[in-house]
Amino acid sequence: MSELPLADRTISEIAPLLEAGELSSRDLVEACLDRIDRDAGRLNTFLAVGAEQALEAADIADGARADGVRAPLLGIPYALKDIFVTRALNEDGQPDGGLPTTAGSRILAGYLSPYASDAEDRMAAAGAILLGKTNCDEFAMGSSNENSAYGPVHNPWDETLVPGGSSGGSSVAVASGQAFFATGTDTGGSIRQPAALSGVVGMKPTYGRVSRYGMVAFASSLDQCGPFGRSVRDVALVLGTLAGHDPRDSTCVDVPVPDYLAALDGEVRGLRLGVPREFFVEGLEAGVETAVRAAIDTLAAAGADIVDVSLPSTDKGLATYYIITPAEASANLARYDGIRYGASAGVDDLLENYRLTRGAGFGLEVKRRIILGTYALSAGYYDAYYLKAQQVRTLIKAEFDEVLSSVDALLAPTSPSVAFKIGAKTDDPLLMYLNDACTLPVNIAGLPGISVPCGLSDGLPVGFQVIGRAFDESTVLRVADAYERRAGFTELRPPTAHD
Amino acid sequence: MISRADVENVAALARLHLTDEELDLMEGQLSRILEAIAVLQDVDTSMVGPTASVLPLENVMREDIPSDAGRLTRAAALGNAPLREGDHLRVPLVLKEGR
Repeated sequence: MSELPLADRTISEIAPLLEAGELSSRDLVEACLDRIDRDAGRLNTFLAVGAEQALEAADIADGARADGVRAPLLGIPYALKDIFVTRALNEDGQPDGGLPTTAGSRILAGYLSPYASDAEDRMAAAGAILLGKTNCDEFAMGSSNENSAYGPVHNPWDETLVPGGSSGGSSVAVASGQAFFATGTDTGGSIRQPAALSGVVGMKPTYGRVSRYGMVAFASSLDQCGPFGRSVRDVALVLGTLAGHDPRDSTCVDVPVPDYLAALDGEVRGLRLGVPREFFVEGLEAGVETAVRAAIDTLAAAGADIVDVSLPSTDKGLATYYIITPAEASANLARYDGIRYGASAGVDDLLENYRLTRGAGFGLEVKRRIILGTYALSAGYYDAYYLKAQQVRTLIKAEFDEVLSSVDALLAPTSPSVAFKIGAKTDDPLLMYLNDACTLPVNIAGLPGISVPCGLSDGLPVGFQVIGRAFDESTVLRVADAYERRAGFTELRPPTAHD
Repeated sequence: MISRADVENVAALARLHLTDEELDLMEGQLSRILEAIAVLQDVDTSMVGPTASVLPLENVMREDIPSDAGRLTRAAALGNAPLREGDHLRVPLVLKEGR
C-alpha cells in the first residue's frame, strides 16, 4: 500500500478501501476540501467550489453503498473544468444551489446554466461527487492558463511556473490532491499538455467518442472531452464512464464502448509502435527528449517492436490549426451578443451594444482569435486561408491513417518543454502557440492520444504521448499502462503533497 | 501585410470593439501570425479535397414526435437574460424612427 497521504492516492487504490468500509466517501471529500482550502490562495485552481453540496452527496453515497448500491465511481470526488455547464437554475428560473459556469471569461460571469452537460449527467449517474469547477484559459484558448479572466493557475511543482493549459485548473487539481480525477477539453492539446506539465495522466479520446453536449464551444470540429487522473488505470475507468453515444450531440458517434480496464493487461509484446521523427521538433528541450527516448526504450525492453516512421506534413499542423480553430471560434463566439445571456453593455443602440458588450467581455487572446478567424473567413480570403487549411487537414489525416495502418500506435513527446515561467511567453502569441506543436496534429486528424508522466527534467515533470487509431482508445491505454507499470513514476507528486 | 484599416474592418465585421491600444497590438501581431500561416501556400493541394470534419457524418433522421427531453421552461430559458420585459427578452431598437 502506498505511503502517500489519502488525497494523493489513486482511485484504484482507494476503491477497495471504500468497499471494505475502511474509508468513507466523506473521508475522501474532506481530504480534497482540506487541500482545496490549503491551496486556494497559492494555486488558484477552482473558480467555484460546492463544499456543502459535496459533503451532502458524500453522505448519500456512503448510505447508498451501505444499502448495497454499486456504481463505477460511487463516492469518488472529482472536478469539472469550468467549460462544462452545470445545472444551476430550476424550472422557475431560480438558482437551485448548482454551480455557476464562466468558461474562464468575464462575459459569462455569474452565468447559471438551466441545464446540465452530458459530462455532469454521466458522472452523477456513476456516483461521482462534484467538488467544483476548475479554472481554465478563457473559452479554452491558451497553453498556459494565463488567459483566464480570473487569474492564472500556478504549477504545484513550482508556483512561479504555469501548469499548462487550457485545462490547467483540472491538471493541477489532480496533481495537488484537490480532486481524485477531473475532466478537461482538448482542442489542440488542452488536456495532454497541462497533464505533461503538471505530472499527471491526461487523455483526449477520439473525436466523436465522448459527447460535447453542454461543453462551451471553442472549435467544434476539434473540441473533445476527456479525463485527467493519477494513473492510466484511473483514466481508463473514468473514460469508460464519459464515453458513449449521446443523441444530443450530432457528432457523438454510436459505436460500442469496450471495457477499457480489460485492455490493461500489461503486455506490449507483438505490438508495433511507431516513432514519428517529425515530432522530435526543433526547440524540443534536451531533458524532454532524453525522458521521452527513455520511455520508448522501456517499451522496447517490454517487447514492443519500435519502428521509425514519418509524418511529413507535421510542420504544417500549426498553421492549419491556427486557421481552422480561430475561424470556428469566431463563428461560435458570435452567440455572445449581450441579449440572451451573459454580460451586456446595456447601451440603447443594438450595434453599439454588440460591440461594447463583446469588447468589454472578451479578453485579449479571445479577441485576437476572433479577429484572425473573421479575417480568414472574410470575402476574398476564404479560399486562400480556410479552404486551404481544410485541404492540408486532409493531407495530415491521410498521413496518420497511412502510418497507423502499419503500426498499432505512435509514441511522441507531449510538449516541447517542461513548465515555463508565468509571463514568459504572454507577449509573443506565436511562441506560445508552439507549445502545442506535438499535440495539435492529433486533433486535426481526430485521433485518441494520452500523455503519461515519464520522469523529471530539472525537477519538473515530463510527459510522453501515445497516439492511436480512431476509436482504438484500448490500445492507447494498454501501451500507456504497460509503460507506467514498468517505469515507476506512479507516485510522482509535487513536493507539496507531503506537507 | 495587414493594415490598421484591415483590422478595423474585421473588428466591425465581428461586432467587436477594440481600443486604440488593442488595434495597434493586433496590427503587428496579426501580420506576424499571417506570415507564419503562409507556409500553407507552399503545399500542393490541387488534387486534395477539404476536410471539414474527420467523421463521415450523415444526417441523423428520427420520427417527428414531440418530446420534453431537453426542453427548458420559459422561466429557465429567460433566467440569464440581461434585460427582460415580462416573458420576453428586451432588445435595443433595431430600426430607428425616420428610417
